[in-house]
Amino acid sequence: MEKTVALELRHLTKTFGSVTANKNVDLTVYRGEILAILGENGSGKTTLMNMISGLYYPDSGHILIGGEEVVIGSPKDAFRYKIGMVHQHFKLVDVFSAAENITLGMKDGKFNLKEAKKKISETASRYGFLLDPDKRVYQMSVSEKQTVEIVKVLYRGAEILILDEPTAVLTPQETEKLFDVLRRMRDDGKSIIIITHKLHEVLALTDRVAVLRKGEGVGTVNTAETNEAELTELMVGKKVSLNIERSEPKNCVDRLCVSHLTLTDREGRKILSDISFTARSGEILGIAGIAGSGQRELLETVAGLQKPDAGAISYLDPTTGETVNLLGKTPVQIRDLGVRLSFVPEDRLGMGLVGNMNIIDNMMLRSYRKGRSAFLNRKDPKNLAERIIESLEIVTPNAVTPVRRLSGGNVQKVLVGREIASSPTVLMVAYPVRGLDINSSYTIYNLLNRQKESGVSILFVGEDLDVLIGLCDRILVINSGRVTGIVDGRNAEKGEIGLLMTMTESRRNPAEEGREKQ
Amino acid sequence: MKAKESKREPLFHIVRRDHMPTWNRMLIRVLAVLAALIFCGILMVAIFHIDPFRFYRSMLDGAFKTPRRRWYLLQSMSILLCISLAVTPAFKMRFWNIGAEGQTMVGGLATAAVMFYLGGKIPTPLLFVAMIAAAILSAMIWALIPAVFKARWNTNETLFTLMMNYVAIQLVTFCIGNWVKSGSGILAPMSKYGLPKFGPSDYFPNILTVAVLTVLMFVYLRYSKHGYEISVVGESENTARYIGINVKKVILRTMALSGALCGIAGLLLVGGTNYTVSTSIVDNQGFTAIMVSWLAKFNPIFMILTSFLVAFLQAGTKQVSTDFRINESISDIVTAILLFFIIGCEFFIQYKILFNHRQKGSEQA
Amino acid sequence: MIINFIFSAVRLGMTLLFGSTGETITEKSGHLNLGIPGIMCVGAACGCVSEALYTGAVGQGNANRILAVLIPIVASFLGAAFLGVIYSFLTVTLRANQNVTGLALTTFGVGVANYLIKTVEIIKYSYASSFFTAGFPFAAKLGGFGKLFFSYGIMVYLAIAIALITSFVFNKTRVGLHLRAVGENPATADAAGINVTAYRYLATMIGSGIAGLGGLCYVMDNLNGNWEYVIDAMGWLSIALVIFTVWKPSLGILGSILFGALYIASNYISGTNKALLNMLPYVVTILVLITTSIRNKKEHHPPAGLGLNYYREER
Repeated sequence: MEKTVALELRHLTKTFGSVTANKNVDLTVYRGEILAILGENGSGKTTLMNMISGLYYPDSGHILIGGEEVVIGSPKDAFRYKIGMVHQHFKLVDVFSAAENITLGMKDGKFNLKEAKKKISETASRYGFLLDPDKRVYQMSVSEKQTVEIVKVLYRGAEILILDEPTAVLTPQETEKLFDVLRRMRDDGKSIIIITHKLHEVLALTDRVAVLRKGEGVGTVNTAETNEAELTELMVGKKVSLNIERSEPKNCVDRLCVSHLTLTDREGRKILSDISFTARSGEILGIAGIAGSGQRELLETVAGLQKPDAGAISYLDPTTGETVNLLGKTPVQIRDLGVRLSFVPEDRLGMGLVGNMNIIDNMMLRSYRKGRSAFLNRKDPKNLAERIIESLEIVTPNAVTPVRRLSGGNVQKVLVGREIASSPTVLMVAYPVRGLDINSSYTIYNLLNRQKESGVSILFVGEDLDVLIGLCDRILVINSGRVTGIVDGRNAEKGEIGLLMTMTESRRNPAEEGREKQ
Repeated sequence: MKAKESKREPLFHIVRRDHMPTWNRMLIRVLAVLAALIFCGILMVAIFHIDPFRFYRSMLDGAFKTPRRRWYLLQSMSILLCISLAVTPAFKMRFWNIGAEGQTMVGGLATAAVMFYLGGKIPTPLLFVAMIAAAILSAMIWALIPAVFKARWNTNETLFTLMMNYVAIQLVTFCIGNWVKSGSGILAPMSKYGLPKFGPSDYFPNILTVAVLTVLMFVYLRYSKHGYEISVVGESENTARYIGINVKKVILRTMALSGALCGIAGLLLVGGTNYTVSTSIVDNQGFTAIMVSWLAKFNPIFMILTSFLVAFLQAGTKQVSTDFRINESISDIVTAILLFFIIGCEFFIQYKILFNHRQKGSEQA
Repeated sequence: MIINFIFSAVRLGMTLLFGSTGETITEKSGHLNLGIPGIMCVGAACGCVSEALYTGAVGQGNANRILAVLIPIVASFLGAAFLGVIYSFLTVTLRANQNVTGLALTTFGVGVANYLIKTVEIIKYSYASSFFTAGFPFAAKLGGFGKLFFSYGIMVYLAIAIALITSFVFNKTRVGLHLRAVGENPATADAAGINVTAYRYLATMIGSGIAGLGGLCYVMDNLNGNWEYVIDAMGWLSIALVIFTVWKPSLGILGSILFGALYIASNYISGTNKALLNMLPYVVTILVLITTSIRNKKEHHPPAGLGLNYYREER
């Protein structure tokens, strides 16, 4: 089939304040293909797509559709050019039904929900979706919501579909189903753009891959002619040899025992079921799993931010040798028990730090309660801030700069620096290098390794399997809130972990589950 | 037609500013105030045919000409400032307490009740203690009611506190109705039970009290652990949870403080100024205070300036209305216009407008 | 007596219904407009002043009944809608804080109204009240039934009509769907191609205009053409009514009559101190606010985007 150009981008540039999100990006999309936009977190994939879908307006550059230059100033313009985007964070109105959400914003013809529902069902069944048009969004599961989003775009007759990390929230079966649907759409002549950083998905699904690095386009390759190694190299810029200096764990003793931990969320969904593991001093225990498998909740439960339904969390105090029960304690109570537990959460500016506060005040978050005075002691935090800025080489005008004005890597250094400063015995980190460049990432890895060498027990939640294998001594794999296995980081295979991550209920080996229970 | 329209590039687009130096922010705000005053001057010429310079002159006279006027200006400014201080901690916590009007009124009512029932029956020093305690406690409770529901069920506090204002008004009417047997609805001033007077003016004790409160509030917000917790909760409840702040407790504690300060304002109004209570005693200052606090970006020291500005306008325009025989509503209009200008100028601090030069356009899409 | 009571309750209720329907429309777009009290004052003043100007132009004896009703209605709507424009300009275009803007607008509106009303003589507009309060001619023949249903002035029927139309638009039309989406989740509405700015401006203008009619209704119908400085109290009561009726204009018809009844009940009960009764509408509203938040049913919540300004490129 002769390839016709559907969409062309020329030299698109977009900046946010001092941050350049996209710089001179060129891209061509053909009809009847699936194109992957591949890049690390923070490489500007979403920003680029938002410019095509009319959410952001480019600072400079041109967008061509069918060879003709167009201006896409709003999502409405994008629809007019038959461009539809399924955002990572769904854009749905919770109290509306599926049908209301799908027809939202349409102007043509008489307003007739009944007829619309019929048409929606037709569209859905044509591509193999299951959808109840009357169901309200707040009663839907994540994959149902995604279905609504995709049908919404199709219903509008989109010829160019953009999907932003569509599989991040899906189970493996749901992912497979989605891919089938996408292939059917491609065969229907539509152009599909899928944003992702998962290489196996790129290879399994797409026809071509465009790679972004630090906001710039670094090349487009045909999927059939490439492999994981080449794509990785394009993505990160150099041959990655994940040579993280990993030392042998020394003097390992049990530090934190979690057993049979079960957690249900407010809507009654099981987030964690029967999780058991032991973290030891002087080693890094990795936690692997597809996004949303309960990693965040697991760490939050240990930190005392979530109340579990059942289970036990006990901490073995290295100084007294006593066992301390942490279950059901608040963060303050945990601290008062003398447990030095540090936690670097995944949401840095929304949870770990306060964006509008300066570095000194952010240092104080952990320590401000110290002492009986009703007033704050800003002297110690000031010294700490200056020490961290110097030792971690944080790029900032001074210590009184609001942290939101720092770059992502420096924000993370502030956070990790603060958490390490309290000389923890247990350090939990969630996605600590997400959105960071390679150099900052290595700074973080080294920091963690140094902590490990000094005898800290580290829990590391990561998404990149290469990093997990390169850094961790043992890796705990969880899948939909259950432990599916614990593997040795030194001789683990990526495939093996991947399998454990995506293993379905029926295939799970019950013996494996029991292995780590004490 | 649509397709043609969309080819036109927008003339400008708006982006969020990264940062603006402090003196630039100040300059923009000062310019906004000047622009508002000029605009009002133009209005005066256009509508009333008043010489604008006589208009400004009259405003200055109204506020500053005699010592009495100057003291009065300080008095009205301090009451406004006191209520502004009261709402500030709650606002910093992003708790939209627009019930200061009612809280102040209840504080005043409680003061009046103590004066009415206990005046002359117990020793004067004891009476003062009772007045102070009643004012603070009653307003605190009034403020805590919505806070409890906010903390427990996340009940919308803006609407809740708003409604509480009108309950308070009716409560005042009810009490006066019971106290004043003549049915006139006006409670005669109980001057002999008023708080002690000292200093160069009758208003001096009030002004001094508020001055002390301003400094205390500044220190509380800036240097105390409580103040720090308020900032963290306001900025991000998630962070607060993460470091183990009990958010509910902070909400309740802060609203109790807010209420207590409103109670003090009510005490000063009833026990220190009017010696009686009526439904119009707070005179909408509870609402004006919200704007004063917001304009000062919740900084008690800046609030001295903003409350001064508003009090000056109110006093000045009152003079204008007598000098030129325009009706008094001119005061509200001028105040509101000034507020509009200052509210609007924040946009230029937060955002900047980028003009597109690549292509000729005509207007924003 | 009971018929008189209901009759008066409905008259007052419809004043509130204008206010609450207008504010509901505004809030559905995500704007918590606390300027409604000021807007109602301005609506009343513009109506009265335009009436006086019309009377001055044609002479009192020659006033055309229809024009004497129509002109104030139009003027009232336009004057109030203009305040809606000020509000929208500040909150949408300049992204100012909604609470602060609304409160400033109330100060402004009260001031403007009190100024305007003093520029004209009361007799030049108050006489027209009889045009506003005239019911259907056959009402008297139907006794109590006629009094209850057909003897109201035009504003009462207009209020009910507007509430029903608004309810229909919300639930059965595309415009209503889009408006609700803008108030619930402006980012979603924007991504769906709905012009959030236009919807917010228009909803606020139309809502303000309708609320302004409430002010006119109060002066011309309830007060028989006399001006009183309590119109802003009607505005706050209207905002309460919006919550009380959980953002449903059709419920607003019943709710407003109930509020009207509570408000005037004190006139019909002798002996007791009336203030406690006057407190009832607010207390009832607080109770509704509490119960809806405890029951936590999504359909009864305020629009999720209420009070929040929208800026597309925020991140």
